[in-house]
Amino acid sequence: MDDANRSNRSLNSLLTARRGRRRLHWTDVFSYTYLIFGVILMFGPVVWLVLSSFKTPAGLIEFPPTFLPLGQIEVQVDGYEKPLLLFDVTQDDGTIKQLAQVRRIGIVSQMVDPEVLGETIRVPIDQRTKVREFRLAVENYTDPLERFNFVGFLNNSLIVTIVATVITLLINSMAAYGLSIYEFRGRNAIMLFVIGTLMIPITVILVPVYLVVTQLGMINSLWAVILPGAATPTGVFLLRQYMLTIPKDLIEAARMDKASEWAVYSKVVLPLTMPAIAVLAIFSIMWRWNEFLWPLIVLNRSEVHTLQVGLNAFQGELDVQWHYILAMTVVTLIPVVVVFTFLQKFITTGIASSGMK
Amino acid sequence: MPIAKDRISISDRLSAVAAWPVLLIFKLLDYPLSLVQRIVGVKGMPWIFLLPNLAFFGLFVVIPLGINFAFSFTGGPELFLSDRVYTGTEQYAFLLDCETFGDPITCREDRFWKGLYNTAIFIIFQVTFLVLFSMITALILNRKIRARGFFRAVFFFPVLLSPVVVALIWKWVLLRDGILNAFLVSIGMDKILFFVSPEWSMFWAVFVSIWAHMGFYTLIILAGLQAIQPDLYEAAEMDGTSTERVFWRITLPLLWPNLLVVVVLALIKGVQIFDEVFVLTGGGPGTATQFIVQYIYNTGFTEQVQNFGLASAASMVLGGVLFVLTMTQLAATRARDNG
Repeated sequence: MDDANRSNRSLNSLLTARRGRRRLHWTDVFSYTYLIFGVILMFGPVVWLVLSSFKTPAGLIEFPPTFLPLGQIEVQVDGYEKPLLLFDVTQDDGTIKQLAQVRRIGIVSQMVDPEVLGETIRVPIDQRTKVREFRLAVENYTDPLERFNFVGFLNNSLIVTIVATVITLLINSMAAYGLSIYEFRGRNAIMLFVIGTLMIPITVILVPVYLVVTQLGMINSLWAVILPGAATPTGVFLLRQYMLTIPKDLIEAARMDKASEWAVYSKVVLPLTMPAIAVLAIFSIMWRWNEFLWPLIVLNRSEVHTLQVGLNAFQGELDVQWHYILAMTVVTLIPVVVVFTFLQKFITTGIASSGMK
Repeated sequence: MPIAKDRISISDRLSAVAAWPVLLIFKLLDYPLSLVQRIVGVKGMPWIFLLPNLAFFGLFVVIPLGINFAFSFTGGPELFLSDRVYTGTEQYAFLLDCETFGDPITCREDRFWKGLYNTAIFIIFQVTFLVLFSMITALILNRKIRARGFFRAVFFFPVLLSPVVVALIWKWVLLRDGILNAFLVSIGMDKILFFVSPEWSMFWAVFVSIWAHMGFYTLIILAGLQAIQPDLYEAAEMDGTSTERVFWRITLPLLWPNLLVVVVLALIKGVQIFDEVFVLTGGGPGTATQFIVQYIYNTGFTEQVQNFGLASAASMVLGGVLFVLTMTQLAATRARDNG
């Protein structure tokens, strides 16, 4: 009795939790309803994508769709080369029997009993239902590796992401160092200029950057994607703000020890700037991995497509092969999910403190 | 908590691997840059450090901006500026020639105006509901709720997904035989061909872009909410102020500068909408979801005759709009940080 009471109370306190010690307020109910609805809306489509990506082409065109990936069971019957599809057939006397289909002609299908050989039975198709089991169509993931240039896309995306991020970190941290450690004439002008370039996103200068890239002979090479976005004003700004907090004494001490300016930068300042560098690295990886419009313009040959451009090309084809597209979408999503689970703190604090994405 | 510790060490190891090529580059550059320092002296070094970045900005931002301006006064299909014909303000005249403004069909370049008109409709709805839902979400996440970290991650993760992935996820849900139509049929309604109807296409363009970006703005608003002094709320509680009154009299006024920044930021991004919608609807049906950036892209890069002059002129118009918005943003940010 006492036990039941206590568990009852704890359940009650769980349901009516928070807001100090007061009772459940209407806003609590609203909050949790909203949050649960939010979880369904945010996660639902992604879960559905992952589940669908394991379905066979036949399973994908089914309507209404099944929730889990199911595959029809096939049986090997003596006398037939290929495995036959298995059906539950409702017979005239109302009993159900499992038969394998040899072929279908219009609304009648010719079936054979896997146990009793030789004799084919004619069954109207509305008297049979498929026998299915839970099965993951892993071939959706393995086929694109051979049939399309999927590995090539993956490679291109990796190269772009890594090389561009390294360049971005290097040149932006150098610029930030120049703008934070030294006092020199024109510093404020340069800073203003850097902030000014914030106002000119790539969408405004698509044509002339295309011209510059063509002049440099980089069309249809990955450099055309890597270089134009390498210097980012947000990156310079973020790193500079951080470097300004480094005590000047440390730098002076290093100079006393006859360290060159480059050594001061690479051995003293950069290690101390690591938290900000990490934030910029994560952002750069995200930007580059997800970039779409610019690669779409400069990468016209499919050998140089990145994942995003390749995916878009596939989904734009006349005969859309959804089973492959869904699987490739899942693969494209994985690195982002991995980065997010491990580095969520960095990302969210980075956004909250710099207001950039 | 052993799990948290493991996570830190894994992320440390990851960043160590990522840092390795950078460290190598530093070592390689050590000698030549010491040499440079001997030549230019310590006073010249800041310029050496700035040089690569400024070179990139010059090559890919400043020069293109100048070329863009020049391009917009030329015509013809040639890409190189020296081959192009000077046409004066013809491109602008062509773009802006309308019998009655506000009605795209009466304009000579109706696709441009349709793009502008669509973009305007899009940002009105997108920015309004984006900020509204981000605000509600942030307010709820700022409360003392259970599993707050989990819920915050749930709303945030789509921000990191690529626009192509976002569009494909939703396209798969919205197809004729997709799960949403299966749901509609199961509750006794008819299937809706979402991408055949202009209104539905626009609705989903707005919806999907809100879905993808809401987490970002939620995070900024949340940071603003957490910056509000807790003693204000304590004082209000001691006075027995109602929750509604606390919201209208404390939360909203103190959050207002932050909201302004968020609205302008959302406007800047909204005007440039392209990626998700392009993959989701392709701008269709017809031109129902074709926005200004897609107009530039189509005119400059996908048409049979690539009209770079016209695309540049349209870019200048977009640039003008963005310039005004960015100035507003800077002013709003300054007001927030000072006030």
